[in-house]
Amino acid sequence: MADGSLGLWTVPLAVLGGAIRVSTPFLFVSLGECITERSGRINLGLEGTLVMGAMSAYGISYLSGSPWLGVLAAGITGAMLGALHAGICSLPRVNDIAVGIALMLFGTGLAFYLGKPLIEPTAARLPAIDFGWWSDVPQVRAALRINVLFLIGIALAPILYWAFKTTRWGLLIRTAGESSDAARAMGYSVLAIRLRATMVGGFLSGIGGSFLSLFYPGSWNEGLSSGQGITAVALVIFARWDPMLCLWASLAFGGAAALGPALQSVGVTSGYHLFNAAPYILTLAIMIITCSPKRTLTGAPAELSITR
Amino acid sequence: MEFGRISRRHLLQGGAALTLGTAFGAGAARAAGTTIGFVYVGSRDDYGYNQAHAQGAAALKKLPGLKVIEEEKVPETDAVEKTIESMINLDGASLLFPTSFGYYNPHVIKMAKKFPKLRFEHCGGLWSDKDPTNAGSYFGYIDEAQYISGIVAGYSTKSGKLGFVAAKPIPQVLRNINAFTLGARLANPKATTQVIFTGDWSMPVKEAEATNSLIDQGVDVLTCHVDGPKTMVENAARRGAMVCGYHVNQSPLAPKAYLTGAEWNWEALYPKFVKMIAAGETIPNFYRGGLKEEIVKCSPYGEAVSAEARKHADDIKAKLVAGNYTIFKGPITDNKGNAVITSGTDRGQTDPELEKMNYLVEGVLGATS
Repeated sequence: MADGSLGLWTVPLAVLGGAIRVSTPFLFVSLGECITERSGRINLGLEGTLVMGAMSAYGISYLSGSPWLGVLAAGITGAMLGALHAGICSLPRVNDIAVGIALMLFGTGLAFYLGKPLIEPTAARLPAIDFGWWSDVPQVRAALRINVLFLIGIALAPILYWAFKTTRWGLLIRTAGESSDAARAMGYSVLAIRLRATMVGGFLSGIGGSFLSLFYPGSWNEGLSSGQGITAVALVIFARWDPMLCLWASLAFGGAAALGPALQSVGVTSGYHLFNAAPYILTLAIMIITCSPKRTLTGAPAELSITR
Repeated sequence: MEFGRISRRHLLQGGAALTLGTAFGAGAARAAGTTIGFVYVGSRDDYGYNQAHAQGAAALKKLPGLKVIEEEKVPETDAVEKTIESMINLDGASLLFPTSFGYYNPHVIKMAKKFPKLRFEHCGGLWSDKDPTNAGSYFGYIDEAQYISGIVAGYSTKSGKLGFVAAKPIPQVLRNINAFTLGARLANPKATTQVIFTGDWSMPVKEAEATNSLIDQGVDVLTCHVDGPKTMVENAARRGAMVCGYHVNQSPLAPKAYLTGAEWNWEALYPKFVKMIAAGETIPNFYRGGLKEEIVKCSPYGEAVSAEARKHADDIKAKLVAGNYTIFKGPITDNKGNAVITSGTDRGQTDPELEKMNYLVEGVLGATS
C-alpha cells in the first residue's frame, strides 16, 4: 500500500473500471439492435456501422476540432447505413441476414479505406467527468473517470424499456415485430416502421463507434472494434430483447474484458488465454443455463427471420 | 464470381506478356531503373511494424531511377504468391521485399524457385542452405534498442515497477521483454517488469485495459511489443505514466511522456541493399544486425530523461555499436530460479540459441503460458 499499489484490490477495481470503460459500445450497439429486432428485422451489419462510426467520428473531430460534432457525424453515418440496410430489405424476397453480412463487410472496408490518413493524427477526445473526486486513491479516481456517453447509454436503457411498454411508437414497433399482418390491418406501413427502427439502431451503433475512437481506447486504427459489433448483436439475443437486460449484459461483458489483463497484473499468470476469453465463456455459460428444449426463446419477436 | 476470376486472370496474363519483355529488357540485375515490390501483412500506416517497412520503402522512392510498388494487408497465405507474381508479371518488379514472418516458408521459397533470376529479400525468416540462393532473409536485433530503452526506463521509474504490454509469448517478444528488463536492472537492480500478454498482435481494447491495469499496480514506465503501440502510448500518457516506444518513433503522440524507443531503421538498410546490388555485390542470404549495422535505432531521448540516464545509455550504446558488449551474458536466471545462461557463457547476438528463447529472466513478473 505504501508504494501506491493496491495489490489484489486491483482486480475488482479493474473489473468495475472495465465495466464502465469497455461496456459503452456494447451498450449502444445492443440497444440499437434491440430496437431494430423488435421491429422484426435483424441488422447484422452493425459491426460495419460501429467501425464506420468510429472512423467518421475521429475524422470529423480531427478536422473540426470538436469531438461532439464527431459523435453527431458518427450517428448520422450510422443512420445512413441503417437506411441502406432497410432500403435493400424493403425489396421483395431479400434476406435481411445476408444484407447485414454484406453491409458489415462494406462498412468495415469503407472505413478502412477512408480512414487511412486518420491513423497518425491525434483528434480531439471526448471529455471525461471526474466522479472519483471523493477518493484520494488514484486508481479509484482513474476508474471513475466517466464519459457522458456512458451515462446517456445507462439512461437510455430504462427509457427504452418504458417506451416499448407504454408508448404508442413502442407498441407500433412491437406490432411490426410480432405480426406484420396486424400492423398492416391497423393501416401502418410495416416497411416504414422498420426503416425508422433500423435507422435509429444504426444511429445508436454509430455513436457506440464514436466512443471507441474518441474516448476509449481513444484513437482510430483498423483493429479498433475487433468484433465488438458482432458480440453486441449476439448480446441482444442473450438479453432476450429486453433493454434493461442489454444494460446488465453490456456491463458484464465490459467487466469480463478487463478480467484477463487485471489478473495478469496481480500475478495470476496461469491460463491467461482462458481469462482473456472470459466474455465468450460467460456468454456460453449463460446460454447453456437459460436455454431449454421445452420452449422457444422467450421474448423473441415473432417476425424475426431466425424464429419464423 | 467464377467468371470474374477467370477474366481477371486472363487480364493478368495478357498484361504479363506485354510487360515481361520490357522488364527484363531493362535489366533485372541492375539496380537503377528497376522496380521494387513491397508486400505488407497489415496496414501500411499502423504507426508500428508495417509503417516502419513503409518508411524504408519511402526512402527507396527518393533514390533516382527506382520505382517502388506496394501492397498492404496481404495475408500469410498463397495470397502473397499471387501478389508477388502480379508484381513481377504486371509491374516488372525484379527485387521483392515480402516483409512478414509467415510469408517465407513456403511462399517466398516457392516464388524464388519459380523466378530464379529475380531477388527476394524476406524480413524475419531463417534462410538455410537448402533454400534458393536468390532468396535471402534479414532481420534486426531490436532487443539491443530495447536494452537501451530498459536502461532509460530504469532511471526514470520512481516506483521501480515497469510494465510491458506484449502480444504473444514467442521468442522475439520474450527476447525484447528480457532485454528491456536486463537493461532496467543495470540502472536500478531492484526494478521489476510486469508483463501482460493480450493474446494477439492488434487488440486495442485489451491493450488499453492492460495499460490501465499495469498503472493501477503502480507501474510508471511502460513499453510494448504489439503491432500498433499507439493505444498503449496514448492511454499511458493520459494516466501520467511514461513510455518507451516500439517499431517507429511515437513521440509526437505523447511528447512529454515519451522517453525513448526501439525503432527499426529500414530507411538505412533498404537503400544499402539496393546500392550493394547496383555495385554488383551479393547480399548475404542470412543477414542480421543491430545498432552496429544500423538495422535498429533508438528514438531521440525525451525531455524527461535525466542526464545520468542519457550518459549511461549512450555509454552502453557506444559499446554495442563498437560490437564489444554482450546483453545475454551469464549468469542469468529465469524468474522461476533456473539458471538459463550459466556463468561464463556469453550468448552473443548471433547465437541461434537466443532465437529459441522460451523463458522470462529474473525481475520479470509474469509467465510464458
